[in-house]
Amino acid sequence: MAHMSEAVAARIPSPATCEREKRPMSALSRIARTLRRTLLQAIPTVLGIIILNFFLLQLAPGDAADVMAGEAGSATEETMRALRERFGLDNPVLVQLANYLGNLAQFSLGFSPRYGMPVTDLIGQRLPGTLTLMAMALAIAILIGLTLGSLMAAFSGRLPDRLLSIFALLFYSVPGFWIGLMLIVLFSVTLGWLPSGGAGTIGASYTGFQAILDKARYMVLPATSLALFYVAIYARLTRAAMLEVKNQDFVRTAYAKGLSPRVVTIRHVLRNALIPITTMAGMHVGGMLGGAVVVETVYSWPGLGRLAFEAVMGRDYTVLLGILLLSSILVILANAVVDLLQAWLDPRIGEQK
Amino acid sequence: MTTTEVAGTHAAAPPQARTAATQLDKSGQPEWHNIRAPDARSTLTAAVTVPAGRRELAVFLRNPNALFGIVFLSLMVLVAFVAPLVFPGDPLAMVGKPFLWPGQDPAFPLGTDSMGRNVLAGLMHGARISLFVGLAATALGLGVGIVVGAVAGYFGGWVDDVLVRIIEIFQTLPNFVLLVVLVAIAQPSATTVSVAIAIVSWPMVARLTRAEFRAIREKDYVVAARSLGFRHPRIIFSEILPNALPPLIVTASVMVATAILMESALSFMGLGDPNVVSWGSMIGAGRELIRTAWYLTFLPGLAIVFTVLALNLIGDGLNDALNPRFSEERV
Repeated sequence: MAHMSEAVAARIPSPATCEREKRPMSALSRIARTLRRTLLQAIPTVLGIIILNFFLLQLAPGDAADVMAGEAGSATEETMRALRERFGLDNPVLVQLANYLGNLAQFSLGFSPRYGMPVTDLIGQRLPGTLTLMAMALAIAILIGLTLGSLMAAFSGRLPDRLLSIFALLFYSVPGFWIGLMLIVLFSVTLGWLPSGGAGTIGASYTGFQAILDKARYMVLPATSLALFYVAIYARLTRAAMLEVKNQDFVRTAYAKGLSPRVVTIRHVLRNALIPITTMAGMHVGGMLGGAVVVETVYSWPGLGRLAFEAVMGRDYTVLLGILLLSSILVILANAVVDLLQAWLDPRIGEQK
Repeated sequence: MTTTEVAGTHAAAPPQARTAATQLDKSGQPEWHNIRAPDARSTLTAAVTVPAGRRELAVFLRNPNALFGIVFLSLMVLVAFVAPLVFPGDPLAMVGKPFLWPGQDPAFPLGTDSMGRNVLAGLMHGARISLFVGLAATALGLGVGIVVGAVAGYFGGWVDDVLVRIIEIFQTLPNFVLLVVLVAIAQPSATTVSVAIAIVSWPMVARLTRAEFRAIREKDYVVAARSLGFRHPRIIFSEILPNALPPLIVTASVMVATAILMESALSFMGLGDPNVVSWGSMIGAGRELIRTAWYLTFLPGLAIVFTVLALNLIGDGLNDALNPRFSEERV
């Protein structure tokens, strides 16, 4: 599978990082080392993304002055020139880049005239919505994916495996926005069980458990639509990983010492199969953010994705590029978390690098 | 999956060549028939070469899923070609009463939408744009990705370092978000959408090609080619690339599927070419009427699902055929 090869490519250590530490490391120092390495590697990537982001912003048709003039309704040549001077838009590109970097150093992503607030605040408002949606989708995907994958591995080559394989491939082929709409038709329009959009009952003042339940009701459909594609990936990955682990010596040993098949599967096979899945889950954060853009527009979920969509429609490039930059940083953070998780899960990983 | 498995994907060498290689190992001396004329040996191996890919093709064609994929995809390609002949008019033109359900009027077997446009005509014309974008984006992405990955993997050193950094930057940017930004900046048309999809999809190809090249570049036949004084482009394109192709071929079919999904999502959000009808834009238009006329959303979605499924089935079949080690594991 393309995805797996990608994961493999990601894990191939470069010769420079291959020198092996002879003395055994404690878990803490291993994790600290991983953290330091990850952060050092992230710096050039972040810089590259910032510069790319800046040039994309330059490429966008119209500048902030045009946008403001457009919002105001009319503007003369003189006001435009004054506006450009005020925002430093008449400076050479490199000076503008320096200004952009200076602003970023103060955590300022610019100002959105359309929303009348700084882009950082705007994104800060919407980020939690997207993060909860993604977390829920990831949880659903991993849970169902692991279950289906274990079933497929247990029945490998037989009918249940073949049927589930086709289902997994079907999930893999369904566009998230379309399954989202179909779920609305089934569960909201026809059955009337779940709400078709939004993030909570408007005007309702639930507290405690009821508030969570209300939130969950609104989240089930969007999270499921987002998760389906990844269910397919995790199911196939779990199946492949479990089949690979199954033939290893330590599994034979576990059977030989008289453990029941269920215990062997859960404690020895599944646990080792989890490692490639954590790698992939980390790599999927970017993809899920992209999927959230579409799914949020389907369910009018108040998150980053919908903000991105509104920014495109309003030609608000400052907001759009702010989202791009912030979501890239989110991806880097997620990868760092996965690296740390793996250094903790598997002692070999921290030592080898 | 392990590193060796990716490296081991080019086990497609003809069996005769393999036995020749073992003989070479046993005697410890290369079996030169005429040490002054190395060409003599190459003509010898050329004479025994089995036509490339026959076994792979046989395995591929025995797979019912892959066959279904091929048949369905061929059907879609046919539909894309005959669409202008069957429905010569503009598929966006109003031709009948609005909101005819499928089967209600024999003149419109799949019904009409809110503007009285023929759904079947839209679906058939939509196949053109989906397949065009899918193929064009994949061809572009593969081209760029293979060149970058080949250069990085073959030369190594600082070239590799720089290219890997660039690949990493593009892989960190969330694909679909970057795609939306690119399409929003460029004006949406079938061409810009294809280019934008290629821009977000080449890094995966580059990464894969690089891994393959790093694994292959130390092989004996590459060293031999180098010692014969072949130039770098020749070694890259006629010695290493053919052996790195199997995983790339599998990736290509998955890339077409992904590109079609991305295009449909873009046009669903209203970011596609506004002047042509596409499956995604049909779903986007039908979305507002989902309570009363859900068939307007359902039908174009089915077209996407089956086309993408066909491509994924082909990809799986290719993977089984070209990567026997992995398929043994799958059984």
